[in-house]
Amino acid sequence: MNINKLIKTGLKNLNVNKMRTSLAILGIVIGIGSVIALISLGQAGKSAVQSQIQSIGSNLLTISPGFTSSGGVRTAAGGATTLTLEDAEAVRDASSVAGIKNVSPEYSSRAQVISGRNNTNTQVVGVEPVYSVVRKLSLSSGSFITSGHLTALSRVAVLGPTVVEDLFGEGVNPVGSAIRISGKIFQVIGVAKSKGGSGFQNQDDRIYIPLTTAQKQLFGVRHLTSIALEASSEDVMTRAQNQVGYLLLDRHHLDSPSSADFRIQSQSDILETASAVSGTFTSMLTGVAAISLLVGGIGIMNIMLMSVTERTREIGLRKALGAKKKVIIAQFLTESVILTFVGGVLGIIFGIAGFFIYSRVAGSVFVISPGSVLLAFAVSAAIGVLFGWYPARKAAALQPIEALRYE
Amino acid sequence: MITPIIKVSRLSKVYRTDDLENVVLSDVTLTINKGDFVAIMGPSGSGKSTLMQILGCLDLPTSGTYLLDGQDVAGLSDDQLADIRNRKIGFVFQAYNLLPRTSALDNVMVPMDYAGLPESLQLEKAKKLLDLVGLSDRMHHPPNKLSGGQQQRVAIARALSMEPSIILADEPTGNIASAQAEEIMSIFRQLNRQGHTIVMITHEADIAKSARRVIHLRDGKIEHEHK
Repeated sequence: MNINKLIKTGLKNLNVNKMRTSLAILGIVIGIGSVIALISLGQAGKSAVQSQIQSIGSNLLTISPGFTSSGGVRTAAGGATTLTLEDAEAVRDASSVAGIKNVSPEYSSRAQVISGRNNTNTQVVGVEPVYSVVRKLSLSSGSFITSGHLTALSRVAVLGPTVVEDLFGEGVNPVGSAIRISGKIFQVIGVAKSKGGSGFQNQDDRIYIPLTTAQKQLFGVRHLTSIALEASSEDVMTRAQNQVGYLLLDRHHLDSPSSADFRIQSQSDILETASAVSGTFTSMLTGVAAISLLVGGIGIMNIMLMSVTERTREIGLRKALGAKKKVIIAQFLTESVILTFVGGVLGIIFGIAGFFIYSRVAGSVFVISPGSVLLAFAVSAAIGVLFGWYPARKAAALQPIEALRYE
Repeated sequence: MITPIIKVSRLSKVYRTDDLENVVLSDVTLTINKGDFVAIMGPSGSGKSTLMQILGCLDLPTSGTYLLDGQDVAGLSDDQLADIRNRKIGFVFQAYNLLPRTSALDNVMVPMDYAGLPESLQLEKAKKLLDLVGLSDRMHHPPNKLSGGQQQRVAIARALSMEPSIILADEPTGNIASAQAEEIMSIFRQLNRQGHTIVMITHEADIAKSARRVIHLRDGKIEHEHK
């Protein structure tokens, strides 16, 4: 019995119960579709994180506060207030640290910002002029914070594009306008270019003000929330990371790296963490999708078993006419594989379409990896064989005489 | 020279259910030669259907030997029996047993397909056989577009497709109106004249008249035989 004839006969049999066939296929469509959509979603999320981090710069080291222990009580990670401007200056000036080009001390905190009748809650970052170099920030209009602003504790602000949109609406140039940050009036002197990226930390939803103003006038603090270091090249990063680490340990009078009250992360560290997070998320979702695929497979087995029972007489006749076991098995397997294959193709189409719509709505990248499509094909065919095997064997094992007598 | 196609000796079939023993056939000895046309008659429960199933290799005897075309069927596997049914036996059932939603032509081709004949040959033979049974104008009709007599003629064409040693017909006219039944019987007589060996089960004396030998079964034994 050749494969064309098997497929022709299979299609004819499946056509008899259109509703039942469609429902069984639907189970596979949903399973394969969600697997495709979620794998693509996960990959898109990963590449979004990567491009976002790349846009920050790959020569970047970030020192952030860790936790402190006092009397055995730990504060939350990031809760330490021991990172100071003096630390930043020490890193910049130390002879023991090589390969650091620029040091950008930063203090950031959330604050309520008001302009006219609009207000928003956003991240206010106190920076020095070097910030724009280290963090690769460029302006679309106006100018950035200068050292003059720092010494004068000027109340000037550079706005991220999202903030401009929130406070002034789209297409308005706010340079020269006044805004209130936590009730204090600031003059807008510039607007940052969009860095793109959405998601977990929108870099466009920020306001930059002079570090001195932030610390002394707005938030009344002495510590920093981060120090960004620009290394002269990627090769020196690991060494610089160690040197800075020991310098800070010494300055904070700590004797071992395990008791450090700060963390130094390179972009690759952050990249790894972010990838790991999105990877876990993706595999979790894919696991859920795989379960729906399993349920779809059980649906296929169910209708194939029904089909075997309904067609007992036909199977008996076929065996009486000389059909060997493998012919009967091939016939039923062909039918189940047709079901899962059609379901797989439709599932791939719907999965890609669903992901396409999501990427349009959420503004994320639209990439389909050929690997996942290929995998979906293989999996759907394998499910057909796997869940069609038992019913097919059952059909082949029928005794012709019993089957012919079956009413 | 007379060649035996079927040689059955001391054949018994016993069904055991728990402690009940139901003897359906006992000590049946029978020889059917090439070119015979045998009718097996008997009341229901006489064992004629069981005998037919054993002769058709659909069931195996409890004891005794059955030689089909000189080959002992005892101890053959399911697939080997399927092969023998395919090549040596042409079945004609009371209920026609055609595949539904499948054209007359495709129905006739089924056994040849299982034998692995090339498709062009299958098509050629199937057309010739449907022509022989007078259905050349209905080759593409599915069974539900054919009358009972026409369906049975398709079944006969199917039974002939592998040029079997023997045609086994189980109440071939049982479901058919008498006018069409006569047509079916004339086809069988014609096939027998052409040299085909036919074994037919029937309970109608009229139908049995077409046969050259009539065997009466009662309580699992051959009661008598007449010509």
